[in-house]
Amino acid sequence: MTVSFDDSQQLLDQVNQALASNTPLRIQGGGSKAFLGREVQGTPLDTRAHRGIVTYDPTELVISVRAGTPLAELEAALDEANQMLPCEPPHLGEGATVGGMIATGLSGPRRPWSGSVRDFVLGSRVITGHGKHLRFGGEVMKNVAGYDLSRLMAGSFGCLGVLTEVSLKVLPKPRLSRSLRVQMPVDRALLKLAEWGQQPVPITAASHDGQALHLRLEGGEGSVNAACDRIGGETLDADYWNQLREQRLGFFSDSRPLWRLSLPTDTPVLALPGEQLIDWAGAQRWLKSDTDAQAIRAIVSEVGGHATCFTAGAAASPFQPLAEPLLRYHRQLKAALDPQGIFNPGRMYSEV
Amino acid sequence: MNILYDERVDGELPKVDKAALLAELQAQLPGMDILHRGEDLKPYECDGLSAYRTTPMLVVLPERVEQVETLLKIAHKRGVPVVARGAGTGLSGGALPLEQGILLVMARFNKILEVDPAGRFARVQPGVRNLAISQAAAPYDLYYAPDPSSQIACSIGGNVAENAGGVHCLKYGLTVHNLLKVDILTVEGERMVLGSDALDSPGFDLLALFTGSEGMLGIVTEVTVKLLPKPQVAKVLLAAFDSVEKAGRAVGDIIAAGIIPGGLEMMDNLSIRAAEDFIRAGYPVDAEAILLCELDGVEADVHDDCARVGEVLKLAGATEVRLAKDEAERVKFWAGRKNAFPAVGRISPDYYCMDGTIPRRELPGVLKGISDLSNEYGLRVANVFHAGDGNMHPLILFDANTEGELERAEALGGKILELCVKVGGSITGEHGVGREKINQMCSQFNVDELTLFHAVKAAFDPSGLLNPGKNIPTLHRCAEFGGMHVHGGQLPFPELERF
Repeated sequence: MTVSFDDSQQLLDQVNQALASNTPLRIQGGGSKAFLGREVQGTPLDTRAHRGIVTYDPTELVISVRAGTPLAELEAALDEANQMLPCEPPHLGEGATVGGMIATGLSGPRRPWSGSVRDFVLGSRVITGHGKHLRFGGEVMKNVAGYDLSRLMAGSFGCLGVLTEVSLKVLPKPRLSRSLRVQMPVDRALLKLAEWGQQPVPITAASHDGQALHLRLEGGEGSVNAACDRIGGETLDADYWNQLREQRLGFFSDSRPLWRLSLPTDTPVLALPGEQLIDWAGAQRWLKSDTDAQAIRAIVSEVGGHATCFTAGAAASPFQPLAEPLLRYHRQLKAALDPQGIFNPGRMYSEV
Repeated sequence: MNILYDERVDGELPKVDKAALLAELQAQLPGMDILHRGEDLKPYECDGLSAYRTTPMLVVLPERVEQVETLLKIAHKRGVPVVARGAGTGLSGGALPLEQGILLVMARFNKILEVDPAGRFARVQPGVRNLAISQAAAPYDLYYAPDPSSQIACSIGGNVAENAGGVHCLKYGLTVHNLLKVDILTVEGERMVLGSDALDSPGFDLLALFTGSEGMLGIVTEVTVKLLPKPQVAKVLLAAFDSVEKAGRAVGDIIAAGIIPGGLEMMDNLSIRAAEDFIRAGYPVDAEAILLCELDGVEADVHDDCARVGEVLKLAGATEVRLAKDEAERVKFWAGRKNAFPAVGRISPDYYCMDGTIPRRELPGVLKGISDLSNEYGLRVANVFHAGDGNMHPLILFDANTEGELERAEALGGKILELCVKVGGSITGEHGVGREKINQMCSQFNVDELTLFHAVKAAFDPSGLLNPGKNIPTLHRCAEFGGMHVHGGQLPFPELERF
């Protein structure tokens, strides 16, 4: 059952009370991604009562939705109109909300071809650290009036304000989707992906599990069928992509800490202790490893990437530390938007 | 200059000792070209919005990042404002110089540093022209997607500053969607990298924040852009309609059919006639509106989609649907649209180009509103429209030599933008706020939102030296001019003191 309720006044009151009493807030939705980032000490601010789709007109390709809306509800509404969120955000648990999707900024297998969560953000409503409920961006595809605070919210882990509503660009689903499994070693797969990447091959997902290359091809019947014939391999159950996105493949049950490596797309196979699973045609690699954070980050930074620890408590700084002057500007930006430091203090870095 | 846009509205001008500044720059940066005499400064007094002109105090033309670094350190120490300029093609006065400021011209940073086909990126200096990137990538069958109409001349640094768009945005995105990494210098002259060679980077998404920030947060010194494989084939359909409403609905119908065209443009009768007179593109001059729909991709899909779109257009009431029979005709169809601005320039001594965006469903109402305003102000308006993404470019026709017409055109333009805001749109889709739309910002954002923008600016540039007076209006300006329209009997900003 879908519920629509505007709880923004209640949220605003809670923020103003927190400002008055100088009490930090721990913003939460469904808690499905609470494991990610540093632990926050604060009074919980639950967004889930503020929910529902505000406007959705499929021919405008825009949906506006309250932050507490279950992500599944948003997906169901789009599905009904044969549309989708192209960035395929992961749920990573029951009850994932739209707010959490924006705050964590995580995208699924289609990301290198479609764009990330932030790429689909058009506008937002945000409760700021000045106790105001403000609107930025809008429901139009192009808008360069003022600073782009809406896209800045994506991946900011609630450290810059309480997101209450977001307008997202959506797209029609592809007419045809086929998935393939092609047996080939990982180094060869990476070379093939670099080659296909320079051609108009309609790939929309590419992963390698150590044994085989997994591909998804999407578009019109003509292009997809021609590409499948050319590439060969065997048919793959499309649920593979869902399991990959939701971290339910066998790879993820390994008990060692999970790391996400974000790398330049043509990075060759990286020698790191542990097991790896390749996603995003090589631009995102999952690592199961006991190796310490510094050693992982040294290798990853060397090739121009960064590493995030996805296992709670396994690394002192789950996000790769920032160097100066970047860190100083993060502090100054946080101070500008949240002068009293009440929103999720320390969730990303101890300094913000 | 029109008093409405005078920088003095935002407060007193800084007091800069030009002779001392010049002496220090010459001493510290002996190899850098510095222009300081009246006749040398003249060519830099405006950007692509030539109605607004200010002579800068000094113009500097560095060639190395170290020079920019030193320059910024000196300007910071002395409290001198700095306005960055690329190719100077911007249409909103974003690179309009300041009387008491340095104009930092980045045009000599024009080297393509690296094109990496396997990594699908190009690393370039900020003064490199937009089209030059695609030309450098062409041997690998790759290209850089955003294509503002000034792409022959505009620089990528300026594209980043304005978050430039183009005719292919609906499918391929804006500048912000096609960047990997931007190297900047802060107001204090420190180097900082936003984004990374990977698809994301740790921390806040400062790359998104800086894109479109109009040179107010930092100076772009290097840009790494994504490259895409060139579509195998592109085909264009031209459809004629006997009413603008029908054409508008047809756009929605194409999208409802699950098709995202590479480009989807609309022109009204006045633009069609002007373009046809100029280019002989073969447009139907009796049509009230035409749609140009470009479908690109893999040959088999494009072929199928052309058939589908053709059907949709006919069902939507098109009086005529033509598929460009070959590449030459495709180019001709586009030439009419791409030359719509100069074509309108032939039928009027001057024109003023607006850049509002609206939700597409509001199109009929907004066009009606524009037509009413056009009658009210006694000035003709031609409409060209990036129909796919809701970005309108009404062209207001006027004669600057007729007393009061420029002012009337500006006032009419302001009203059109307010109409866009009223239906849930924006005052600028791709040209930027700059100096031109600074007053209309007061209708799009309230005092609290503007206050927050100023706080963001202060986080990166506390002394307000980077391109001051652009993009975000002071609250004083909004109280004084920008928002002095009476909405429903109530003055906006009642909480502000009137000066």
